[in-house]
Formats: sequence, structure tokens, C-alpha cells
Amino acid sequence: MNFDPRYSGRSFSSVGTRPLRPDGVDKVTGRARYGADFNMAGQLVGRVLRSPHAHAIIKKIDTSKAEKLAGVKAVITAKDLPDLTDGDAAMFDTLDNCMARKKALYDGHAVAAVAAIDARTARQALKLIEVDYEVLPHVTDVDEAMQHHAPLINDAIFTEGLEEKPVKPSNVSKRTQYGHGDVHQGFAQADFVVERSFKTEQTHQGYIEPHACVASVNPDGTADLWVCTQGHFVYRQHCAQLLGLEVSKLRVTSSEIGGGFGGKTHVWAEPVALALSRKAGRPVKLVMTRDEVFRASGPTSATSIDVKIGARKDGTITAAEATLRYTCGPYAGMWAEIGAMTAFACYKLENVKTVGYEVLVNRPKTAAYRAPSAPMAAFAVESAVDELAKEIGIDPVEFRIKNAAQEGTRASYGPVYGPIGIGPTLEAVKEHPHMRAPLAQNQGRGMACGFWFNFGGQTCTDLNIGMDGTVSLAVGTVDVGGSRASLSLVAAEELGIDYGQVKAIVADTSSLGYNDMTDGSRGTFSSSMATISAARNAIKVLRERAAQMWDISVDDVAWEKGHAVAKGEKHGNLGKLSLKEIAAQSGKTGGPIAGHSELVADGAGVSFATHICDVEVDPETGSTRVIRYTVVQDAGKAVHPTYVEGQYQGGAAQGIGWALNEEYIYGKDGRLQNPGFLDYRIPVCSDLPMIDTQILEIPNPNHPYGVRGVGETSIVPPLAAIANAVSNAVGVRMSHIPMSPPRILAALEAEREG
Amino acid sequence: MVEVTLWGALGQLAGGKSKVEVEAKDIRELFRKLAEQHPAFEPLLDRGIAVAIDGTIYRDTWSKELPEGAEVFLLPRLAGG
Amino acid sequence: MAGVAVSTTINGDHVEYLCQPDETLLDVLRDRLGLTGAKEGCGTGDCGACSVIVDNRLVCSCLVLGAEAEGRQIETIEGMAHGDQLHPLQQKFLEHAALQCGICTPGFLIAAKDLLEKNPSPTEEEIRFGLAGNLCRCTGYDKIVRAVQDAANVMKGA
Repeated sequence: MNFDPRYSGRSFSSVGTRPLRPDGVDKVTGRARYGADFNMAGQLVGRVLRSPHAHAIIKKIDTSKAEKLAGVKAVITAKDLPDLTDGDAAMFDTLDNCMARKKALYDGHAVAAVAAIDARTARQALKLIEVDYEVLPHVTDVDEAMQHHAPLINDAIFTEGLEEKPVKPSNVSKRTQYGHGDVHQGFAQADFVVERSFKTEQTHQGYIEPHACVASVNPDGTADLWVCTQGHFVYRQHCAQLLGLEVSKLRVTSSEIGGGFGGKTHVWAEPVALALSRKAGRPVKLVMTRDEVFRASGPTSATSIDVKIGARKDGTITAAEATLRYTCGPYAGMWAEIGAMTAFACYKLENVKTVGYEVLVNRPKTAAYRAPSAPMAAFAVESAVDELAKEIGIDPVEFRIKNAAQEGTRASYGPVYGPIGIGPTLEAVKEHPHMRAPLAQNQGRGMACGFWFNFGGQTCTDLNIGMDGTVSLAVGTVDVGGSRASLSLVAAEELGIDYGQVKAIVADTSSLGYNDMTDGSRGTFSSSMATISAARNAIKVLRERAAQMWDISVDDVAWEKGHAVAKGEKHGNLGKLSLKEIAAQSGKTGGPIAGHSELVADGAGVSFATHICDVEVDPETGSTRVIRYTVVQDAGKAVHPTYVEGQYQGGAAQGIGWALNEEYIYGKDGRLQNPGFLDYRIPVCSDLPMIDTQILEIPNPNHPYGVRGVGETSIVPPLAAIANAVSNAVGVRMSHIPMSPPRILAALEAEREG
Repeated sequence: MVEVTLWGALGQLAGGKSKVEVEAKDIRELFRKLAEQHPAFEPLLDRGIAVAIDGTIYRDTWSKELPEGAEVFLLPRLAGG
Repeated sequence: MAGVAVSTTINGDHVEYLCQPDETLLDVLRDRLGLTGAKEGCGTGDCGACSVIVDNRLVCSCLVLGAEAEGRQIETIEGMAHGDQLHPLQQKFLEHAALQCGICTPGFLIAAKDLLEKNPSPTEEEIRFGLAGNLCRCTGYDKIVRAVQDAANVMKGA
């Protein structure tokens, strides 16, 4: 299929407008069905038994008493999920994370599960399962886990990426390095050098909907799974592989999803529910509690980062260096590597070096969280950049503009940039009235930049034209925040019809070809590309049908503004044929009219944002309020600007929570102390101001409409922007996120004591 | 012949080289020849590699051509949220 | 355990059900009556996704026992629209895109309805504190506050 994805510079009639979303009424009336809102006949209730220990050998599990309890239909352990991963290390980790095999590796690690006729029976059954643990020493802190005497989490892990192959196992699964030039030489040229260490605590994506699914496995090997997920095709692949099912016999339907932010890209409960259903011979519904969501799903990495940046008196950065240590939970990951790649991506640097260490700890397996790993690296780098600007005596915005990456700059992660948007976001911030608004006592202003990669990926879409001229659009990327509205706009634009004539749905895995997940800010970018391609294929059919109706050559039929138009003088007497008129005749001109598309949407293009933040800090209590916030980000082309604003605002709000409140707090026993929304406090309505947005549109050359992904970048700058604002307000550099009241008071006290 | 720049971990597997020369017209051929010339790359190729061509990152378009004189940069395949 | 027989009124309709003594009103609504508009986000009264109104009082239905509904008047999201006529708050939530994933939306609408019934002209601050018991992770609340402000204006004019 010859699809040309290049930007065409066209004008728009639908794209860029703000119509109501097609799934809206269902969502304001309570009719929309999420993960836990679906039931099957004869369904059982599934519940999971979890380790109370951070690190323990599972010596024996006795399920006999639970099995004898009336109403219990199945009890499973790791034995019921045998290893079918065939040497695929990442899938084996996923399997072990779903159900611990030899060791429980964190507080909350699943060790057994039951299916029973009701919730009460299931809960009773869990209490009857006897697990004999041998408790081992544990480690949850990133720096402690790197010490030589730290408890070893996996004795089969030897640090990858070292010059010499290590002889001893380690909690560091990998060392990675990025950069170019010679940083020693660069620092020698510097008139000013800032060197500082930073820490960030672990946070959770905090989606309001807990993981939920209904699984039904039949004796003939067919199965159904209803689940809230960011990628039902990926869940199908993973579940089929872990359960030994044939991919096409497992039909996965994605429910409405109540938030994901990266946290619903990984299977946890789903293989367990399928295994329970297979054993019980009945459908099983498994819904996590909030406590389980915190203890066993998500979260992001806790980090420890050292940064050193040097600059000349004229404000030119001469060298930049960072060492980044990220927790991965108890399994190998590549989270520090992403931090090492993104850390200095905003800047034009002659000499840059970043080193990442992936650190195993007794915490839940790290999962992606919106631009994963980038916010922590940006916090450290952008804090140091601000401090350096202050030492040189140059305005922090001017300092960043002077050193900003541009087209032709070698990115700190390697390649040379094409056209990019960091400069324009900085210029927009420089001109923004927010930067000139007066500040009162105890208030401070901060700004910071952020970078994220954005992905494309495999995408498959169907567009079917009904006989009344309405269009149904079936996409395979889960709608996490209004993409059905955006994709309907794109279909309407390409076909030249009204938005109201298009109805978009998310199809199940048996109705459409494979689609990658809605992650990496790819949903609207890639599915809009596939929708444009499908619409163009449908237009080809529409032109053929019009040619038949007129009895002329298809070469003489063009498609303009939703109509077939006969070209050439000899057809001068033919009027236009609307899509509706052609559709009405479709039964007589060759049957249904449809357009299909399968493609790999690559060339998503990197994304930049710059944020401005004002805070007020109460010096008595250390409490911080964000009083004004502005997001400036490049969208390429905003298909539905209201939902683009929503992504900017939502990312900023999550960043504000991360910067000021949110953290996983572990006790000395290695147990999570705050697995609930009361003690893990995400921002509430009264914590936040309005969040102003400015959408820049620098077209992406690799998309027909110029679209870029917008979902993730907005969470990258807030930690740094707020830290810079707080530091400016209190006069002390804040180096530990979250900047909770006790940390701010401690920093103020330390400053007073000198 | 295109000059391909390797990221750190891949460079170590190539015996400390940061660049290799490969005769390849597209990404598919590039990966095939890299695996032939450097069998140690295979686990990393299996885990997934992205190719930046003149700054634009391609993850799955194996038919993408490698234009004469283009900057070709290999990167690990990343996770997103 | 023997069930408790409960006779109550939900969205104006007389309803009878049997429930266990330890079963929450949220479980009854969702699992026994098929009213799944109220969501369980936490089960501990921290997120407000299960908000309903019991005798003119906004409550988290996960903190109320099903047995306590006896003789009460309960309003849920399913009763908010009149026939095919959306409540002004529902309409304004749509127009302002005050929802992204939408899981918190039923709870927000119920809480906002309760707020505007008690205070038809709230300031921005009163809206923010009035809705502080409901968590939203997608929107940053900006568009929710604007939707409630707009709905308040429409309802005053009506």
C-alpha cells in the first residue's frame, strides 16, 4: 500500500475544531462500562494472596484447607502458571511478577489466588492458605541497594555494560552511557561549575480505576478477556504466551479505561484471572483493591542523581555530566538508561556524558509512568541549570535560549536533530505575561524545560460507510482521553464530511489487526495516520462507484469536499455526487464501501515543553501552594485543541503532585506504609490553580497533518519548574522531591544553622 | 555503504568501536548484516533497536531506505507511558 | 449469614433488596441492582468516585452499609438526567471537556449537583473546596471548575 505520510501543508475544516466527544453522553450518565462494570453468567470472584514480606523464600504453600471451603472453585499458585516463556527473560519477569515462583520480592507480591462464588468466600479462602516463608534481609533504598553489603535480590544478575565482566552478582543490572565530546576538557574551559546531588521518591500513576478484568477460558482452548488496558492487543500477546493459548483464540475486549498513564501497559491480574478461570471452568472477575494497586502495580522509579554543569562567563555551557541511579523494582529494567538519554536532550552541548545504573530493590516492578524516567532527570538537570544561571548572573530563560538545541544540534543521546520546538517554547515563555507578573512576599517563580521522544508503531484501522452515508471508524488504539473525538475529526476532514456523520469505536482484538498500545504519546499520532490512509482507500472506492453510476472512467472522477466530481469538458453536464448518494447506491454498484489501513506509523518526532510556575511557601509550616501555572508545548497540529489542553493540564497536575506531595513511604520492615489515597495524597481540586496553556503548532514533517504526540511531555518540566520556584521563594536550593512541608522546613533550618 | 553509529552498550559488543560501516540499502538489510558481522548484537537486536536516520527515529519501518550520506544512529527501543 | 431485607427509594423508584449485613451500599448498587455508574476507586472514602446523595446529603457509598439505606431517598448518577434531557451539569461537563477518562465523572457530577443545590452561586474557591473530596487524575481540575461555573450560571438563569 502506497501511503505518503509526509506533511502536505493543507488547510483544515474539521481538524482544529472542538466538537463534543462521541463517548461523552455515556460517561456523564454513568452508562460507560469500565473494567469492573462488566459481568458474565456464572461468574466467580477472584482474589489474590500477597506477600507481607519485602523479601522471602517461599518454602511451601498449603492450599488444601482453602480448597475444602464450600464455595471455593479454584486455588492457584505459580504451579498453575508454568514457565512457557522459552528463554524470553522479560516475559519470565512478567510471569514471576504476576505470581511469585521461588521468592516473594516485595511487599504485595502475589503468591496465590482463589476463585469463589462470592467475595466473602474468596476472602475467607485467602486466610486458609498457609504459606511458609523464610524471611530474608531486604533493601528498598536506591543508594543502599548499590552498596556491596546490600542484600542481594537476584544472584543470577551480573551487571551488564561494564568494561570487565563482573565475577560477582549485583543489584545493579546494567550500566549505560551516553554522550559525546570530552567533559574533562569542557570543564577545564568553564568559568563556573555547579555540582549537586538530587533525589526523587517513587510515585504511582494514580489512575482512579483499579485494575479489573473478567476472564473466561473454555475447555476447547478459546477464551475471552474483558479488561481495562492501554493495549488490548499487547495484553492478548502476553496472556496467550503466559497461558499457552493460541493468540487468535483469545479475544480481548478493552473496556473504557479509567486512567492508565503507562500503568496499564503491563499485565498483572489478567494471567491470574485466566488461570483461575481455566482451573474453575467458569468465568472469573478479578478487581484489585486500591491497597493492591499501590503495593503491587505501577510505580515509577525512585532515583538518586548527580549533576555537574560548567559554563563560561558569557553563558555558554562547556560541559555537562550526570550519573543517574533508578530503581527498577526487583527485576532488570532500562529506566536509568532512558533518564540518561533524556537528561540533557534540551541543550546544544559540545561535551556531555551521562551514565545510568539500573538498580534492583525490594519494591514493586517499575512500570512506565508518562514520559517514563524523564521527569526525574529533568528535575536534576534543570535545577542545576537554574543554579548555574544564577551564579553567572544571567536570566535563566536567556541562559536556556543561548544553549538550547536546534536543528543540526547533536542530541545528547546521539543523533542530530531535525526541526525541533525547544527554541520556540522558550521564546514563547520569554514573551509570556506570566513572566512579568508581580510576586508577593514568600512567593517565587520558576521555569523549566522538558523533552520526550514520542513513539509511533503498528496500527490497523477500518472505516466502513453505511448505506445512509454515515461512517463507522474502528480503531485499535485504546482511547485514554478523547482520541475517538480526534480520530472522528480526522476521518471527517479526509472524507470531506461533517464530524457528526462519523462514529468512532475501539474494536476488540478479533475484529481488527494488531495494534501497539496507547503509549509513548502515540494514540492520536498513529491512529490518525491510519485513519487518513483508510479514508483515502475508501475514497478510491467511492470514486469507482461514482464512475459506475455515471458510466465514465474512474480517471475522470475526482473527490472534492465530500463529493465525487466529474472532470473534463465532456462531463460538464454531470452534477456532483455526495458520499451519501454514492453510499445509497452501494448495494447496486458492488456492495459495501470500506477503507482499510494497516501501517507502521514512524517518525513521531521528539517533543519539547517549557513550563512557568509561581508558588507561595509558608515559612512557618513549609507548606507550598502553586498559585499560577503556565504550560507551553508544541503539538505539531492540535487535532482537537480542547483535549490537547487537557493533556497539558493533566500532566502538569501530576507533576505538581509528584513535586510537592506524592511518595512511597517504606517502613524499616520493607512494607509500604501509605497504600491508600488518604496517605498517598494526589492533588485535589482545592490544591491547584487554573492551569494556563499555550499550544504551539510546529508541523511534524512526518505526518500528513503535521500532528505530534502530546500526551507525555507535559509531566517532564513540572518537578524542576516547581523546585526552581520553591528555591527562589525560600532562598534555599531544594534537592529532594517531593518538597513536602517537613523537607522544606528541614532545608530552611539547615540554612539558618549554616 | 553507510556509516552506522552505535550507542554505548552496542559499541562495547563491537569491541569498543563506536562506528561500523555496513553495505545496506534499508533498515532490514542493515539489521541482517549487523547480525552477520557482529553475532554478539543478536540479543540486543532481539530486544529491539531503533534507528535514527537524520534525527528521525524509526522503530518498526524496516523498509525505510538509508539515503546516501545520511546520519544513521542506532538506539535502544524504549518504553513509553 | 442471613440477609437483611431493605426497602428504599432510588432515583424516585421504590426498590427492595436483600443484602448481607457487611455489604456496602456501593456493592448493593453495583452488584445487586446493576447501577454501575458509581465507581469504586478506593473503598475507603478517599476518592469520591462512588458519591451518591442519601436524604439530601452527599456521601461516599463505599462508607455506607446497604442495610442503612432502609427508608431513605437515594440519588445516583443514573437518575440525574430527566428522560433524554441532560442535567445542565452533564451538558456543561461535555461542552467543557471536563472529563478525559471519565471514571471520576459520575462522582464529580453528583458532588457538583449537591454543591449547587446548597450554594447556587459559588466562587471558584468554593467550587474547589466543595469538590475537594473527589479525585481526578486526568484533567488537573481546570475544565471541571469551569464547567461547574458555567452550569451554575445556566441554572441561575433557568
